[in-house]
Amino acid sequence: MPPAPDQDSPPDDLHLTFLATPVAVRDSLAQMMALPPLCRLSAESRGTAELVLAEVLNNVAEHAYADQSGPVSVTIRSTGHGLRCRVVDQGRAMPDGTLPPGRLLESLEVPVTDLPEGGFGWHLIRSLTSELSYARVGDRNLLQFTLP
Amino acid sequence: MQLQTQTRPKVISVTVIDDRIDAATAIQFKEKMREATKNGPARVVLDLARVQFLDSSGLGAIVAVKKLLGPDQALELSGLTPTVEKVFRLTRMDSIFTIHPSVEVAVSHAASA
Repeated sequence: MPPAPDQDSPPDDLHLTFLATPVAVRDSLAQMMALPPLCRLSAESRGTAELVLAEVLNNVAEHAYADQSGPVSVTIRSTGHGLRCRVVDQGRAMPDGTLPPGRLLESLEVPVTDLPEGGFGWHLIRSLTSELSYARVGDRNLLQFTLP
Repeated sequence: MQLQTQTRPKVISVTVIDDRIDAATAIQFKEKMREATKNGPARVVLDLARVQFLDSSGLGAIVAVKKLLGPDQALELSGLTPTVEKVFRLTRMDSIFTIHPSVEVAVSHAASA
């Protein structure tokens, strides 16, 4: 007899836990993009979702777990107005306990040598999500956001 | 990370064969670009037509290549796919590069220049 569907967990929910390293992030992203609800998105929304998830997960790998590695959990749930995403890790807290502003340079009229090579990540996350929130809960970082 | 280069008298085109430039491959991309463009002509066209995905690390690496080429070699881009184009546009990095619709167009510019 096939297992009964889990009534508590709608079939569209995506949940994945993996070790936060750049290579594992890449592999896990590929896995997630092939599953519902992400695989049902339009090409444009898929591109946006993959970009935001990559930025968020690479931040966990590179900053929260800067000198160690540890698990990260991703939960994605389809709601009436987009995909509600939740990312939890046990790494270091955000500096000052808040999200980085992700501001771009006021002007790009600077010498080539002064062009920024980083700091784009949070700007992309902020530009492409809504209802973005961060909390430190015990020894965990909890990041939540909605994808269009 | 696989790059394919074609050298012409005044321009070298470098096509990224991989379908992504991300945090896992950004450093390797930068190193391969450094090798591919060493002592090359004044114009470098980076063809991104096959690249479906570019994250902020990949973008940072492309900016880094522009910086390491210095004032004597210009880095231009061609063939941005929709998600890649979005990353350049949202970060306003589209304003610091000459962007061509395709590598063919980019190279024909060289011929007429």
